Amino acid sequence: MAALLEVSGLKAFYGQTQSLYDVGFDIPTGGITTLLGANGAGKTTTLRAICNMVRTDGTIRFDGKNIRGMATEEIVRQRIAHVPEGRGTFTTLTVDENLRIAAYTRRDKQGVKDELDRVFAYFPRLKERIQQQAGTLSGGEQQMLAIARALMLKPRLMLLDEPSFGLAPLIVQEIFRILRRINEEEKVSILLVEQNAALALDLATHAYVLETGKVVMSGPSDVVKNDENVRKSYLGY
Amino acid sequence: MEQFLQQIASGLANGAIYACVALALVMIYVSTDHINFAQGEMAMFSTYLSWQLMTWGLSFWAAFILAVALSFVMGVVIERLILRPLHSAPVLSIIVVFIGLLAIFNSVAGAIWSYLIKEYPSPFPKSSFGIAGVIGPHQLGVVLVTLIVLGLLFVFFRYTPLGLAMRAAAQNPQMARLVGVRVDWMLALGWGLASSIGAVAGIMVAHIVYLDPNMMAGILLYAFASALVGGISNPAGAVAGGFIVGVLENMVAYAGNQIEKATGIYIIGNGEKLTVALIIVIFVLTVRPAGLFGRVVVKRV
Repeated sequence: MAALLEVSGLKAFYGQTQSLYDVGFDIPTGGITTLLGANGAGKTTTLRAICNMVRTDGTIRFDGKNIRGMATEEIVRQRIAHVPEGRGTFTTLTVDENLRIAAYTRRDKQGVKDELDRVFAYFPRLKERIQQQAGTLSGGEQQMLAIARALMLKPRLMLLDEPSFGLAPLIVQEIFRILRRINEEEKVSILLVEQNAALALDLATHAYVLETGKVVMSGPSDVVKNDENVRKSYLGY
Repeated sequence: MEQFLQQIASGLANGAIYACVALALVMIYVSTDHINFAQGEMAMFSTYLSWQLMTWGLSFWAAFILAVALSFVMGVVIERLILRPLHSAPVLSIIVVFIGLLAIFNSVAGAIWSYLIKEYPSPFPKSSFGIAGVIGPHQLGVVLVTLIVLGLLFVFFRYTPLGLAMRAAAQNPQMARLVGVRVDWMLALGWGLASSIGAVAGIMVAHIVYLDPNMMAGILLYAFASALVGGISNPAGAVAGGFIVGVLENMVAYAGNQIEKATGIYIIGNGEKLTVALIIVIFVLTVRPAGLFGRVVVKRV
């Protein structure tokens, strides 16, 4: 399997503070990869670094092309969709507007409409709330909206930052089922950052473990899942 | 009674102007959190441009459209060349830049066109326009033109993809980038639009206040008051605030005149209009700090 995203020697800085030291990983085309690690290990920063939302150094190649240093909006236009942590929706816009914004450069109205229908097939709940302001949705629905909007970008790679954060277990299960379907049916490769390591390892095919800004372990999820250190530190048994 | 209606009508006409300038202020405020103190002087400059175009032989409306278009370009260029490099500068630096722009526009206009007060034509026909005894032709024309402009803006922001992108960029720039919106350009477009709206206000008010480099100074204060009364972060509120301030200031002066007529005691008159407007602002902000139509923004810390 060829790598869709190749990251090597990645460093990231917030002001003078360095928070990533030499992070490297490959994301295979079509796979689901997860980044695990404790609070402050640099998981979110890694996702932000890929989209040039922090100062970085190193190489980030997407589909063989160096994207490090490109403007965030141009990286997104390479069809990398980033779902930020904390349900990044436009709270004062309606569900419909939140979805359409992702297609605002497209002129083919029919194409956008088809795209909306395709997205609603995954998230029928959002269709019921189409004219509601995003800020009035429940937490789970807002997370669904954020993923649905990412899907509107027709991404080849989706970056998900803690989609389970603050949600009830049943909703989380529903969202993870949908993510698996999106991966299989839409052929969207996924990079998932999660606190809930058990859940993430079930979904993912590959896993990387970050510790204080460095990759300390990697491998197929099954292998990582059975590693004793990972079990003790992140799975809690 | 007739005088009362006249006062309301003239209040609405003034209010329309305040509404436009207030909207221009709010448009820049919602996307950058800054109040553009030079908004009024930019509008004044645009009005001179239209005057210049007319003296070169263009008709009023041709000059109007061309001046509004040139103002759009002027707004975009100012944002790209002057404010973009100051992107992460502290608030105070940006305020100084705004005040600098104010002074520059004022003196450049004075240098090119002199400080002599000029008459400015009204495009609205004296006969057959307006309602005799209630609203004059120019006042009615001003209200109509502003309503059309506000309507067009509403449709633009509410129903077009570009308008949606601009709203998204104003609400959450970081998120907007993550859906591929070129936020920097949206800011520049916002400046262009604000500058155009200001141009409309300037051109419409010039017949009333006459053309001179200081024509917008008082109007900017009223517009600022309107925006605050309506809620500085709410475009619809700013427009409503404009009309409210416009009508209220006239009503207060009217009431003062009536009292003087009845009792012979002078309490308040036309001279105190601006004072009254500012008292209204202080009062509204004391009772409702977010403005009449504003939302209180709760920030997580």
